[in-house]
Amino acid sequence: MPRPILVVDDSDSVRRLISSTLRLAGYDTVEAPDGQAALGLARSAVPRAVITDQNMPNLDGIGFIRAFRKMPGSAGVPVIFLSTENAAALKQTAREAGAIGWMTKPFDDKKLLSVVKKVLG
Amino acid sequence: MSEETDPLFLIEAQHLTESLEATLLDLKANPTDKSLIDSAFRDLHTLKGSGAMFGQIAMSQFLHDFETAFEAVREGTLKVTPQLIEIALSARDHVVDLLAGGSTEPGALLLGRLAALVSGDREAEAQDPGWIMSFRLAPDTLTLGGRPEAILAEFRAMGASNIAPILDDLPPLEKMAPAELHIGWRMDLPGEITEDDIRDVFLFNEEGLDLNLKPAGAAGAEEDADISRGDVSSAMAAPPAEATRTSPPTSERSMMRVPAERLDEMMDRVGELVIAEARLAELAARSRDPQLVAVAEDIERLASGMRETTMSIRMTPIETITGRFRRLVHDLTGTLGKPITLEIEGQDTELDKTVIEKLSDPLMHLIRNAADHGLETAEQRRAMGKPEHGTIRLSARYSGAEVIISLSDDGRGLELEKIRARAEDRGLIGPDTNLDDDDVRALILQPGFSTADAVTELSGRGVGMDVVKRTIEQLRGRIDVDSEPGHGTRIDMRLPLTLAIIDGLLVEIADERYAIPLAAVEHIIELPDDEVGDARTTRFLNIRDQLVPYLRMRDLLASKGVPGPHQKVVVVTAAGLRVGLTVDRIIGSSQTVIKQLSPLHAALKMFSGATVLGNGSVALILDIPQLVSFGQTLDSREAA
Repeated sequence: MPRPILVVDDSDSVRRLISSTLRLAGYDTVEAPDGQAALGLARSAVPRAVITDQNMPNLDGIGFIRAFRKMPGSAGVPVIFLSTENAAALKQTAREAGAIGWMTKPFDDKKLLSVVKKVLG
Repeated sequence: MSEETDPLFLIEAQHLTESLEATLLDLKANPTDKSLIDSAFRDLHTLKGSGAMFGQIAMSQFLHDFETAFEAVREGTLKVTPQLIEIALSARDHVVDLLAGGSTEPGALLLGRLAALVSGDREAEAQDPGWIMSFRLAPDTLTLGGRPEAILAEFRAMGASNIAPILDDLPPLEKMAPAELHIGWRMDLPGEITEDDIRDVFLFNEEGLDLNLKPAGAAGAEEDADISRGDVSSAMAAPPAEATRTSPPTSERSMMRVPAERLDEMMDRVGELVIAEARLAELAARSRDPQLVAVAEDIERLASGMRETTMSIRMTPIETITGRFRRLVHDLTGTLGKPITLEIEGQDTELDKTVIEKLSDPLMHLIRNAADHGLETAEQRRAMGKPEHGTIRLSARYSGAEVIISLSDDGRGLELEKIRARAEDRGLIGPDTNLDDDDVRALILQPGFSTADAVTELSGRGVGMDVVKRTIEQLRGRIDVDSEPGHGTRIDMRLPLTLAIIDGLLVEIADERYAIPLAAVEHIIELPDDEVGDARTTRFLNIRDQLVPYLRMRDLLASKGVPGPHQKVVVVTAAGLRVGLTVDRIIGSSQTVIKQLSPLHAALKMFSGATVLGNGSVALILDIPQLVSFGQTLDSREAA
């Protein structure tokens, strides 16, 4: 059984949109509204990949990635980082925390799927 | 033909001409690929040789002349151009024609055209030598989920050759960190690739990327001492599950051709063997004779090995039929006057031989439809701001126990108004039938519906979309139509991997046994106490923070009696959706030989077939996609 993709974003609409796009493309997904909840989900079942926003309550994206990378079993799981600004410093921080790639909002279905496909193969 | 031609020769010739056709079409896309040119040459040569042996003098003579002219291609003095491919394809068709006893006349014409091409191209400039590239990714790439093999695959698809790993940074074994990437790669890339194309491939791996790109042919380009090539390294550079077509390995492995009926026979026998084995296991367990049990277990192991081998023999990659699609699109481009690109993805996806064979005609039909009705003309496309080249995409991928084959185009999409009007016209629906968009799209699959405004020579040839639908359903598959006006149409076909034997999970519901395809089972949980017996509350379970609807199978099967206290929920998935099924007891996994239900029972939507158990009784096989979609409608009804 393929493991799901974990989608983390505090905006319900964005999260649903990402999730439904992925589901339509045949991926299984689980959703979390913030980094804290995402960690809980990731602990109970290691996802196949993670797509996470940066600005969220409780635990932000970078914080989540750092904690996630400390979890056993997270090695080899690609994390895609979403940000609204195209800021080099933020990307660098995300990469150092353990993200493999990033996407700048807004993006469309095609872009999302091509990135996910590129990351998951 | 007066003489009887050897059937084995004909089979071989058919295989060779098919392989030649595929190679030529590949060559059209990768004109500089030396291995493809060699492969085409090999096919020509073998065909010529065996043709002469079996008295096909005319064919052999033609091939000889053709081969001589084609020699220029192998020497590199004649470039592979679309015209050349066109002539070569016609020559290949001519050979097929000759084999069927056709006229020798077109031969001279084709050779003349080829000769003209050869003499015209002699003085053409040398080919672009391309690039030599070497690269290393950041050491933590693997930990972060990066996939070097995907990068290599992408380059290979772009025409990279001589891919070899660079191993000079490999630390001694005791110092090696298994999660770190110590290997770099080098490869040759064709000249038409730009630096930007190359950068694009490394999109997510730019951090820590050490890229070294040199034009080939530049002095000293290939002096890097760090390149190790050899058997071991080339094995590492070429992962076995590679989708791009390489020259066929047939020559290295010993192969055997077997009539397809024997495979079918073998599958039937293995099916019977599996049933007999189950009976033996049951008897052995009852006898409590340890020796008998040991033998029964041995036989079980052997039978399951036998089953796997037989299945793997029957599994055929989709590639075996895509050749004719590529030819079809090539031909359609000409007849329709629309430039069309066919993209094929997942060619190495394997399906049961029977499924593959039955798929060919429906797919041909769908491709013709897409090219004829779906794609606009180049002028229309330009006016709409689309690329002139229409694209038809055929993709195949695994999804659990299913293979999803999608055929999509980037054409005008389905015109729902027109479809509705036509369906009313044909009396398929009434003028005030209430339909949503999905329902309207599904109308094109109805018998008696023809989408063409005027039936053209190409598409409207009697085989309608309803035949496509019926074929897919006969294969226990499903077909869905999706379309976006102005952006194209996509048709998804979901097919079971195999038709004959599956791994099943045996369960018990109200003292009856049922089989669930194991590949559809996600997990099994105990039905929480507060859900037991309370038939009226919402039928959702919270599984890992997701609400999953579940079906009370006892109610669904109209069973009498009261369920016991420890009901289980088997969570199954189909098409990415999940549903729980309550059962009384899990019995275990078993090899399930699928027997079709009789036509009398075909209307039973809940079951996809039946199987014979070890004790001789019959268990029905639950139709998971049906149950899941039923569970989802329940979901939306309750949620509303």
